[in-house]
Amino acid sequence: MADIVLDIRGLNKSFGALKATENISLDLRPGEIHALIGPNGAGKSTLIHQIAGTLKPDSGDISFLGQPVGHLGVAARARLGLGRSFQVSSLAPEFSALRNVMLAVQSRQSSSFRFFRPVKKDPTLVDPAMAALERVGLAGRAGVAAAELSHGERRQLEIAIALALGSRAFLLDEPMAGMGPEGSRQLTEFLDGLRSEAPILLVEHDMDAVFALADRISVLVYGRIIASGTVEEIRNDPEVRRAYLGDSE
Amino acid sequence: MQIALFTEQILNGLQLGVMLFLMAAGLTLIFGVMGLINLAHGSLYMVGAFACAAVAAATGSFWLGLVASLAAAAAAGAIVEILVIRRLYEREHLDQVLATFALILVFSEGTRWLFGSFPLYLDIPVLLQGTVPLPGGSRYQLYRLAIIGVGIAVAVGLFLLISRTRLGMRIRAGESDREMIGALGVDIRTLYTVVFALGAALAGLAGAMVGALQSVQVGMGEPVLILAFVVIVIGGIGSIKGALVGALLVGLVDTMGRFLLPQVFGIFMDPSQAGLVGGALASMLIYIVMAVILAVRPQGLFPAMKG
Amino acid sequence: MAISRETVINLVLALLLLAIPFAAIQFGNPFYVTLATRMAILGLAAVGLNIALGLGGLVSFGHAAFFGVGGYAAGILASHAFSAQPLDFGILSVPGTTLMPIIWLVALGAGGLLAAGIGVISLRTSGVYFIMITLAFAQMTFYFAISWPAYGGEDGLSIIVRNSFPGVNTMVPLNYFLICYAVLMVALLVSAFIRDSRFGAALQAARQNEVRVASVGIAPFRIRLVAFVISGMITALAGALYADLNRFVSPSMLSWHMSGEFIVLIILGGVGRLYGPVAGAMLYVMFEFLLGGFTERWQLFLGLALLGVVLFARGGMLGLLAGKARHG
Repeated sequence: MADIVLDIRGLNKSFGALKATENISLDLRPGEIHALIGPNGAGKSTLIHQIAGTLKPDSGDISFLGQPVGHLGVAARARLGLGRSFQVSSLAPEFSALRNVMLAVQSRQSSSFRFFRPVKKDPTLVDPAMAALERVGLAGRAGVAAAELSHGERRQLEIAIALALGSRAFLLDEPMAGMGPEGSRQLTEFLDGLRSEAPILLVEHDMDAVFALADRISVLVYGRIIASGTVEEIRNDPEVRRAYLGDSE
Repeated sequence: MQIALFTEQILNGLQLGVMLFLMAAGLTLIFGVMGLINLAHGSLYMVGAFACAAVAAATGSFWLGLVASLAAAAAAGAIVEILVIRRLYEREHLDQVLATFALILVFSEGTRWLFGSFPLYLDIPVLLQGTVPLPGGSRYQLYRLAIIGVGIAVAVGLFLLISRTRLGMRIRAGESDREMIGALGVDIRTLYTVVFALGAALAGLAGAMVGALQSVQVGMGEPVLILAFVVIVIGGIGSIKGALVGALLVGLVDTMGRFLLPQVFGIFMDPSQAGLVGGALASMLIYIVMAVILAVRPQGLFPAMKG
Repeated sequence: MAISRETVINLVLALLLLAIPFAAIQFGNPFYVTLATRMAILGLAAVGLNIALGLGGLVSFGHAAFFGVGGYAAGILASHAFSAQPLDFGILSVPGTTLMPIIWLVALGAGGLLAAGIGVISLRTSGVYFIMITLAFAQMTFYFAISWPAYGGEDGLSIIVRNSFPGVNTMVPLNYFLICYAVLMVALLVSAFIRDSRFGAALQAARQNEVRVASVGIAPFRIRLVAFVISGMITALAGALYADLNRFVSPSMLSWHMSGEFIVLIILGGVGRLYGPVAGAMLYVMFEFLLGGFTERWQLFLGLALLGVVLFARGGMLGLLAGKARHG
C-alpha cells in the first residue's frame, strides 16, 4: 500500500474577485513525477505558494506525509521535508554555491544556534554539500558567488540545495525555464533519476520534458483542474486540447 | 473637569495633529513616490521657521515671512534633492539614513553659523492676534484656530492635487510602479524634484506657523520629525490618508495624555507623584500606542506600499 | 597559508589603538589616554550594533537605548552602593555595588532583556518600518529615563568615584584603558566566532535572502531576534564602561543622535567588517578631537565628510584599504 506523500484537498484562494485557486484537489505518490501544466495565469504559482506555505489558502487541507501542515510556516514545512525550487532563482547572492548548499545541510543536520565552530572548514557541512553539487554537476563552480553563476547554473544550484535538504518531496516551479536544449536534456535526465528518491510535483511549460517525465499530469486552467491522468489520457482529452494544447501539436 | 478646559485641550490636540500632518504628508509622499527615507525633513521645517522669522523681522510683515518660508523651504528642498538626494534613490535604506542624517548636521550647523546660537522670535500677525470664545466660557487663541484651519485646507488641497490633477496622477502612478512610469515617458527626475520640494514646502509651512507659538531655534525640527515618523508608521507609509488619520490620532493622544494622565493618577496618588508618573507615561504614551498598533498590524493602519 | 590584507590591517589597528595611550604617557600628554579609551568604548558599542546591522542587515536606529540602559545600570548600582540603600523592588531588595564585573553582568542582562522586548515587536516589521520603530522605542526609553528624578532626570546621574575592578586601581587612566581594551578584544573575538559559525551563516543568509533561508527550514525571525539580543547586550556593556569613563550617566546616551552616531561609526569603518567599528570609532574620535579644536562648527564638516563617504566611499575605511569584502 503506497502512502500518499502530499495530499491536497479542496484548496481555495481568492484575491478580491479573482478566484486564483478553485476547489483544487490533487496528490503526490511515492516514486512518481506529477506534472502540473496550464496556460499562463492559470494559477500554478499561486498553488505552489500555498503548498510551500508562503500563501495561506482561504480554505482546504494540505497534508504532507500524513500530517496536516496547513498551519505551519515555510520553514517548518521545509524541515518536515518539503523541498522547493523557485520560478525565479532565490539564492543568497553573496555566498558561494557551496555555502548556499551548506546552509541547507546545516538546517538538515541540526540547530542553527551554534556559535562557535567555524563552518567554512567543517567537513560535516562541506562534504555533504559538495556531494550534492556533484550530483547536479556544479562541483567545479562550488566557490563561485551565486550572483555570478549563469542562469542555468543557478537552477542547478537550487536543485542541489533541495537535494542537500534531504527532502521527502520536491515542488519544482518551472526548473527548465530559460535553459537551452542541452541544459534541459540534462535536467530531464537528472529528474528522471531523482523520482525514486522523492516524488516530484513539477510545474512546467516545456512540453517535451513533461511528456518525457510525467507519470501523471494535471491540467490547471483559470484556477481549476480540468483534467488529470496519464500522459496518454491527457494528450487525448478534448477539453485539454481545446483549452491548452491547441489542435496543432 | 470643566468643559472649557477639555475643549481647549482637544483643540490643542487638533492643532498638533494638523501640524504633524504637514510634516507627515511630505515624508510619506517622498517615501511613497521615491522610496526614500528622509531624516532631514526636520531641518526643512527649521529652514521654513528661520526664513519666516528673518523676513518678518526685516520687513515687519508676517505674511511676507510666510511666503518666504514656503519659498525657502521649497528651494532648499529642490537644491538638496538635485545635489544629494537623487543619488540615493537606488541605494539601501541604511545609506539613505546616513546621508540624510549627515544633512541634518549640515543644516543645523549651517543655520547656527548664519544666525548664531540664540533663538529668533516671531510674532503672531496682528490679524490673528486675540482670542475667541469657547463653549464653556474660556477663550482660545485665534492663531491656533487659524493653524487648524490651514491644516484642513492643506489636507483638502493635497487630496484634490493627488486625485484631480495630472501631477497627482503621476504621483499615484509613481507610487504603484516606479519603473513603469519611467517607461511611459514621464520625466521622472523633474517629478521627483517637484515631489521633494512639495514635501519640503509643507514642512517649512509647519515650521513657520509653529515658530510664532514657540521660539525659532536650531534643532526645533527634531522632536517633530520623530513624531512625524511615528505618525507615518501608524498610518501606513506611503498613504496620505494614513498620514492624516495617524497625525490626528497622535496629536490628540499626546495632548490628551499629557492633560489627563496626571489627573487620573492624582486619584490615587499624591499630586506631585501623580504629576511625575503621569507625565512620564504621557511622554511614552504615543510610542506605546505605536508599538501596540504595529504588533497587530505591522504595516500600519492604511498600508499603501509594499515594503 | 596566505594572510589576507584585511587581517593585516586589523592587526595594525589593534596595535595602533593599544599604542596610543602608551605613546601619550611617553610624550607627557595623558589626555590622549582618555581619548583612546573613548575610542575603545565607542568601538565596542559599534561592535555590538555591527552584529545586528552588518551581519544581519537590521538597520537599528535605536541602539542608544541599550547604550543608555547599560550606563544607567552602572550609575544606579553605584549610587545605591554609595548611599548604602538597597534597590527596593517590593519583594526583592538588591544592594548596590561598585564592582565592575557585577555591574557588567547587570548591564548585559538589562541590555539583553530590553533588546528581547524591543526585538520581539520590531522584528515583525522590516525595511523602513524597522528603522523607525527602533527609533521610536529608543525615544520611549529616553523619555522614561529623564522622567525619573531619583536618578537625575534630565540632569543625569553622577558616579562619584569610578567603580572598582578586583586587583586594579581603576582611577589610573591607563589601567582603565586597558580594561576597556581587553573587553573590546573579547567582544571582537566573540563577533568573529559568531560570524564564522552556523548561526552567523544563517544570519548573513537571512540578510541576503530571507525567503531562501525559510525555504531551507530556518526561521529568520528567531535567528534575527537572537542576533538583536546579543547586539543589544554588547552595546549595553559599552554603555556601562562609558558611564564609568565619564563618571556620569547622561540622558543624551539615549538620544537618537547617539543611535545615529553608532551607525556613522560603522559606515565610516566599513559595514560588516570585523574591525569596521574599531576603525570607524578611531576615525570619528580623531575627527571630533582635531576638528573640534579648530572650530565650533566641526559638525558641519563631519556632515559633509559623511556625505562624501556615503556617496563616494561606499565600503568605508576598510573598504578603501582592504579592497572588496570576500564572503566565500
